[in-house]
Amino acid sequence: MADTGTLTADGETRRDFLGIVAWSGLGIGAAAVVWPLVYSMNPSADVLALSTTTVDLSGIEEGMAITVMWRGSPVFVRHRTTAEIDEAEDVDIDTLRDPEADSARVTKPEWLVVSGVCTHLGCVPLGNKPTEPRGEYGGWFCPCHGSVFDTSGRIRQGPAPTNLPVPPYAFESDTSILIG
Amino acid sequence: MSTETAKPVFKNGIARWIDDRLPLLSWAQAEFVDYPAPKNLNYWWNFGSLAGIVLVLQILTGLFLTMHYTPHTDMAFASVEHIMRDVNFGWLLRYAHANGASMFFIVVYIHMFRGLYYGSYKAPRELLWMLGVVILLLMMATAFMGYVLPWGQMSFWGAKVITNLFSAVPIFGETIVTWLWGGFTVDNPTLNRFFALHYLLPFVIFAVVFLHILALHQFGSNNPVGIDITKKDKIPFHPYYTIKDAFGLCVFFMVYGAFVFFAPNVLGHADNYIPANPLVTPAHIVPEWYFLPFYAILRAITFDIFWIIPAKLGGVIAMFGAIAVLFVLPWLDTSRVRSARFRPIYKWLFWVFLADCVVLGYVGANPPEGWLPTIGLLATIYYFAHFLIIMPLLGKLERPLPLPDSINKPVLPASGAATAQPAE
Repeated sequence: MADTGTLTADGETRRDFLGIVAWSGLGIGAAAVVWPLVYSMNPSADVLALSTTTVDLSGIEEGMAITVMWRGSPVFVRHRTTAEIDEAEDVDIDTLRDPEADSARVTKPEWLVVSGVCTHLGCVPLGNKPTEPRGEYGGWFCPCHGSVFDTSGRIRQGPAPTNLPVPPYAFESDTSILIG
Repeated sequence: MSTETAKPVFKNGIARWIDDRLPLLSWAQAEFVDYPAPKNLNYWWNFGSLAGIVLVLQILTGLFLTMHYTPHTDMAFASVEHIMRDVNFGWLLRYAHANGASMFFIVVYIHMFRGLYYGSYKAPRELLWMLGVVILLLMMATAFMGYVLPWGQMSFWGAKVITNLFSAVPIFGETIVTWLWGGFTVDNPTLNRFFALHYLLPFVIFAVVFLHILALHQFGSNNPVGIDITKKDKIPFHPYYTIKDAFGLCVFFMVYGAFVFFAPNVLGHADNYIPANPLVTPAHIVPEWYFLPFYAILRAITFDIFWIIPAKLGGVIAMFGAIAVLFVLPWLDTSRVRSARFRPIYKWLFWVFLADCVVLGYVGANPPEGWLPTIGLLATIYYFAHFLIIMPLLGKLERPLPLPDSINKPVLPASGAATAQPAE
């Protein structure tokens, strides 16, 4: 076998092999340079550092709701009335766009904790204040593109694809929760 | 400078010495002075060079604004107010820049509709047109990110809504949005990177404009008659079109100046003079006027398509599709006749399409209530039908008027083909 330009049965030469090695080396090198640049745009350690928010529930009367900040976005904490709980539980789940039972979305039925960010394009839905429109299903109404949420924060009408997500939270005591 | 001394060889010894080694001057002479342009270009052909001038003005005013602006969520809003109140001529820089963006879009939209009317996108100018669509996309990205920088309510919520569009991407949506934001919502990292990109993209646009001109000069400008023309029907760019463009520029500056000096905020939104508040969404989020038709298309899809594409993704696909369809327009239009002057049906459908875009803009500007969503959906369907159904079919069905042999023909008295003209 000669040192250079040997043809294999398929007509390939050593030069072809060297070419493949060189080009793939270049490709891997380029990827190795690009990846840190791309990845640097992901959330930094200080942003990622798990932030938690403690919410005092004692001042929230039945039928009231408050907005708290968690990871830079609003979270709705709502003290539901019996009527609102019944309404949320009585829905035929199969008719929902994002089928989810109310019991799967709450720890205690009277307390509903959901993200205050519309799952359509991120607006803050109205309805937390009594003066604001709550939409046809008594939950929240997003003014941007008209999504309507029920008393369990589930999507009922409009363009939003999914329910308002429930953030991770736990009851620290009967009157206080820790979000995050 | 060289234009006075110019013609074939530079008389100035230094210019000649440099040009021998770096042929920049002779290149500029060939492309911007001697460039043979059709002699029948009308005023709609002013808008190309006008767009180039506005781009340069935007880069200039933007550079000087940068010297006073602070890209931080705590200081951005205040630094813009500082520019308005404290910086010498800061108000002029900012109003010129903000209204300049609107002017850039109106000029480019006119430029594009001119291309649509006179068929400038057809062979052999397909790449020229596609590079133009790339420029439009880059302009949209740049304008969007620039609007975020003052960090007012519309800045913040506009940014939130538009970046959330990417969450419609199946599976990777959330990951992409988090990556775009550099966090879990639009926040300081987002503002910082938007500032960096807002500074970068205009130079990318500049580079693509260069390619756009390169592609233009390969076959030369299209013309109102739309036929291929001979050298005899061309005149040098300078002085004929430099003077015509200069006149158009004066008229443009009167309009631009009217906005900057007398109505600097009519094209903006009052809400953007309220500092960004992540807890309160403005009652009515509207993009800048130049995005309204696309915003209307985004909102038009409120239903799942074929039960597999959710409404949100459908809206996003439709919105990006509205631009993507422009890329393939040269192949969707099956008519070989360029100018609408010789296309009796297309001539009218062009105006119907323009009216459709205006209707979309109106729908996009108003809350989705009453009849508007229905009108928006119909106008969206027509937008796509124009490109995907009408353009391919019309080329086959329409009977175009006879094309003249040269651009001289239309101005001569109609005498039919009887008079034998030597073919040029």
